[in-house]
Amino acid sequence: MWQIVLFNVTNGLIIGAFYVLMALGLSLILNLSSVINFAHGNFLALGGYLAYTLSPTIGYWGALLVSPLLTALIGVAVERLMIRRIYNRDPVYSLLLTFGFAFVIQDVCRYIWGPNGLPMGLPAMLSQPITPELFFITWYRVFMVTFVIVAVVGLFAFLRYTRIGLRIRAGTFDLETVATLGVNVRNLRTFNFAVGCMLAGLSGVLAAGQLGINPNMGDDLLMTSFIAIIVGGVGSLIGTLFGGLLIGMAAALTTVFYPSASEAVIYAIMMLVLLVRPRGLLGEEGMFT
Amino acid sequence: MTNLLAVAKKRLPTGNDGLTLAAIWVLLVTVPFWLPLMGGYTALASKVLVFGLAAMGLNLLLGFTGVLSFGHAAYFGLGAYGAGLTLRYLVHSTSLAMLAGILLGGLAGTLFGALIVRRRGVYFAMCTIAFGQIWYYIAYSWNDFTGGFDGLRDFHREPIGFGPLTFDITQGETRFYYFLLVIFAVSVALMGLLLRSPFGRTLLAIRENERRARFLGIPIERHIWLSFAISSFFTALAGTLYALLNNFADPLSLHYSLSGYFVVMTVIGGMRTFWGPLVGAAVFVLLQDYISSMTVNWMFFIGAIFMLVVLFFPRGLLGMRRAATKEKGA
Repeated sequence: MWQIVLFNVTNGLIIGAFYVLMALGLSLILNLSSVINFAHGNFLALGGYLAYTLSPTIGYWGALLVSPLLTALIGVAVERLMIRRIYNRDPVYSLLLTFGFAFVIQDVCRYIWGPNGLPMGLPAMLSQPITPELFFITWYRVFMVTFVIVAVVGLFAFLRYTRIGLRIRAGTFDLETVATLGVNVRNLRTFNFAVGCMLAGLSGVLAAGQLGINPNMGDDLLMTSFIAIIVGGVGSLIGTLFGGLLIGMAAALTTVFYPSASEAVIYAIMMLVLLVRPRGLLGEEGMFT
Repeated sequence: MTNLLAVAKKRLPTGNDGLTLAAIWVLLVTVPFWLPLMGGYTALASKVLVFGLAAMGLNLLLGFTGVLSFGHAAYFGLGAYGAGLTLRYLVHSTSLAMLAGILLGGLAGTLFGALIVRRRGVYFAMCTIAFGQIWYYIAYSWNDFTGGFDGLRDFHREPIGFGPLTFDITQGETRFYYFLLVIFAVSVALMGLLLRSPFGRTLLAIRENERRARFLGIPIERHIWLSFAISSFFTALAGTLYALLNNFADPLSLHYSLSGYFVVMTVIGGMRTFWGPLVGAAVFVLLQDYISSMTVNWMFFIGAIFMLVVLFFPRGLLGMRRAATKEKGA
């Protein structure tokens, strides 16, 4: 019994880690630019595919570093060419733009890499289990969770202690004032969008090792990331972090006792939060209302 | 007060000049005669009517109240499932099935609207998306009851009786098209009356300047909530018609991509025009039918079209026309 519980708790941690990385990227973009990036799940898939293509030449570790950066570069191009044009318009346009773009990337991925799932090769040392009793915990899982923790701590440190991070946080509260203080808000938004895409790309590479790669691998994660943001509270990155972990763990623990309800639990948590505390667990009242 | 109402009263931007109106209705009534000549089939026009009605219902909220719902497929799909489940498990009556579908979808929208009515902008949109997915997930996983991923089958529309008269809508595409057209006409008339009423003008005032409307003592939240509820009732009605049209309800009619399609139809036709969503629905249905028969990569083209519309034609077809006539007049 304890093995089943432990198995599902580690699963919850891992799934929660994906939710968190993905939702943090979405949340960054949402907070600073008020854009819901529907294509975020497709940036994740793109990260996975790029790693798949690159790893034979530059190795797994190289791909792990390079493909998130490439995803970020693609994000810069997308922001500069398209998303920038609709910042000052009704939010319906940014939603439709990224919605359409999600379709385009998904079909391009399918065209280039084919509709079927692809396996991602892992270094031999990572695919070993830790001990024979804990056969379900491979070193890859340990590595992945550690990597996500490092990335999240890095992101928060960056936002807390660097000048650009300070500007991003300030822009979340009041972008106009930040602009009047002489900050180049256009570049700030581009950079912020790129960081969001990089996080998506990173979770794509990590997810590829665990689940394989297919053109719509990001779709389910996208919806759960929305819920993580709603539960945690729009405007609060820490909230998104907790929201992601909370629903990841809740889903995993439900799987132990009643597997078919694991997804229902996520939605139930969301409805409960909307009912009892509509701003979200750590959301600020009035910011996005 | 007078200032604001004067703006709202000036003229409803519905594109409702007599000529347009006559043209639209003549086109709609004669569809079964000219569409086959152009290589189309009447069921395609039925689909346009159903999607057009759903998008016009959405537009009450989106275009005329200025509130963004990206989850209207939920009410559409609930309408479809409500009608389908009633026909399959309860009674063989088309009118009762429609009633059940409308109530199911409309009440879901009414309840959820009350929950999120204080949210605004993208946050509101995100809540509507996530709420819509709940129903998709239920329909998808409750295999025994809803048919799961394969959709709900084994039901079909029944003849409708008005007292001694029975109207057999079970056979013949053309006959069912006219049945749809009658319901469409009644719904559209109701929407038009609603937008002309003081309530409709108040919605416009909220869209134009919410803060000012609030200072005038208008209960904003209640108005937005009512608008959300009414809009979801119309969309649910369209959903029931969709189930009757296909004798089938599938989980994709609850999926957020359909919500996105409704928004796209509205934007293609023109968000702030009355007939825009119908025009958008026609363009969308024809494009999708054409592109998916030409290439397997239809998603690429549909997605690219969405992006082009947003970037270059944000006012939509009818919106552009209105802007052009305005410039000429000035």
